[in-house]
Amino acid sequence: MFIEIIENIFVKILPKYWHLFVFEGLGYTLLLSLITVLCGTILGSLLALLKMSKIPPFRWLVTAFVEVIRGTPLLLQLYIGYFLVPQLIPALSSNKFVSVSIALVLNSAAYVTEIIRSGIQAVDKGQTEAARSLGLSQAQTMTKVVLPQAVKNILPALGNEFVAVIKETSLASTFYVGDLMTQYLVVKGNTFLAMECLLVVGVIYFVVTFVLSRAVSAFEKRLKRGE
Amino acid sequence: MENNYIIQTVDIHKSFEKLHVLKGVSQHVSKGEVVSIIGPSGSGKSTFLRCLNMLETPEKGQIFFEGVDISDKKVNIDIHRQKMGMVFQQFNMFPHLTVRQNLTLAPTTLGKMSVDEANALAEDLLARIGLRDKADVKPGTLSGGQKQRVAIVRALAMQPDVMLFDEPTSALDPEMVGEVLDVIKGLVKTGMTSVIVTHEMGFAKEVSDRVLFMDDGYVVEEGTPEQIFGNPQNPRTKDFLSKVL
Repeated sequence: MFIEIIENIFVKILPKYWHLFVFEGLGYTLLLSLITVLCGTILGSLLALLKMSKIPPFRWLVTAFVEVIRGTPLLLQLYIGYFLVPQLIPALSSNKFVSVSIALVLNSAAYVTEIIRSGIQAVDKGQTEAARSLGLSQAQTMTKVVLPQAVKNILPALGNEFVAVIKETSLASTFYVGDLMTQYLVVKGNTFLAMECLLVVGVIYFVVTFVLSRAVSAFEKRLKRGE
Repeated sequence: MENNYIIQTVDIHKSFEKLHVLKGVSQHVSKGEVVSIIGPSGSGKSTFLRCLNMLETPEKGQIFFEGVDISDKKVNIDIHRQKMGMVFQQFNMFPHLTVRQNLTLAPTTLGKMSVDEANALAEDLLARIGLRDKADVKPGTLSGGQKQRVAIVRALAMQPDVMLFDEPTSALDPEMVGEVLDVIKGLVKTGMTSVIVTHEMGFAKEVSDRVLFMDDGYVVEEGTPEQIFGNPQNPRTKDFLSKVL
């Protein structure tokens, strides 16, 4: 049986469909992941600032947002995005890729908020005190002393978030957005070789995430050595 | 305030949650004076020192620095902190900057000096503590004693009027205490107004013009080093000194 599966992969799947997996599927998966993490980081940074602000209602709103996002399944959020976004913005009704992306971005932003907040708060309080005692303002202390150190905590965590998002985007295939998992559904529909397609998709996911997480830890080590 | 005091506190109180740490401290420091604060752990001496540059905000009382009530929320505290150097128990070097950049960050960021002026001053200050050759390394490679000496000149790079020392040798290995105390002694000799929280009794006796003994949120006794160490009056002072001397 195993030999048959391997044979099918190399004879019936890869020669005919490899470009679907590697170009379309992986392409869309990486594009979706990049959009999610980039926009999620921008939004998450703003939310982290609000969460650390002195104005309580801002903090409460961000906390509520983060808790709701983290406390509900991503698939549910994707469904809501899929149905809600076109109703709110009719111009997007024909573009499910954007609707799903918005849901993914909001989800990722919640996690990034916590990554940035904890990265900043992990910087020793003595650093802030030393900077303030020299007469630096709160903003100067943040930009010259705290953030340069927090970045070393934040960047590797964002790299890991990217790896996690690559896997999470597979849920978007529920809406046939063209990612790797969507290509599995497509090719399986054409060939009726489910296990073979799953293996191909699995290997691609694994290779990409493995290489990326190795790169992240190498980068992390380099940051640490700079001290 | 019509007097010569560079720092004056009026009945300051500070609590952390339910713990009443300062229970009304009224004190003063004159220009050029060296005041040491001794006392048992938890007596409030570090909290009192940290109130002097508003790192802790007292809930009651006033703090005057060079005649300005810096406990007033309307006062821009950053401007006044530039004139008060502080040295911490844990050094608090900026690990992402070189030793030289640690010294030049505040003067250049605050527009007090040009980059060239700040660098020249940093060279001078590092030479004074014998660490000129360490100017371009990161603090992570320095020993504790070296870090604390650099921390002292980092504060001096802002050319402050007062130096506040918060247990500057408590986190050091014993063999490094001497080198740090020597730097402080040298600084005090130049006439720098200093307030020093310390557990080093011999050092306090040697450098201070006045010694404050704090216990349980009050300044229980104060006087010249001879009075406090030679002939303490308060039973709590006697008890404390009998334990540490």
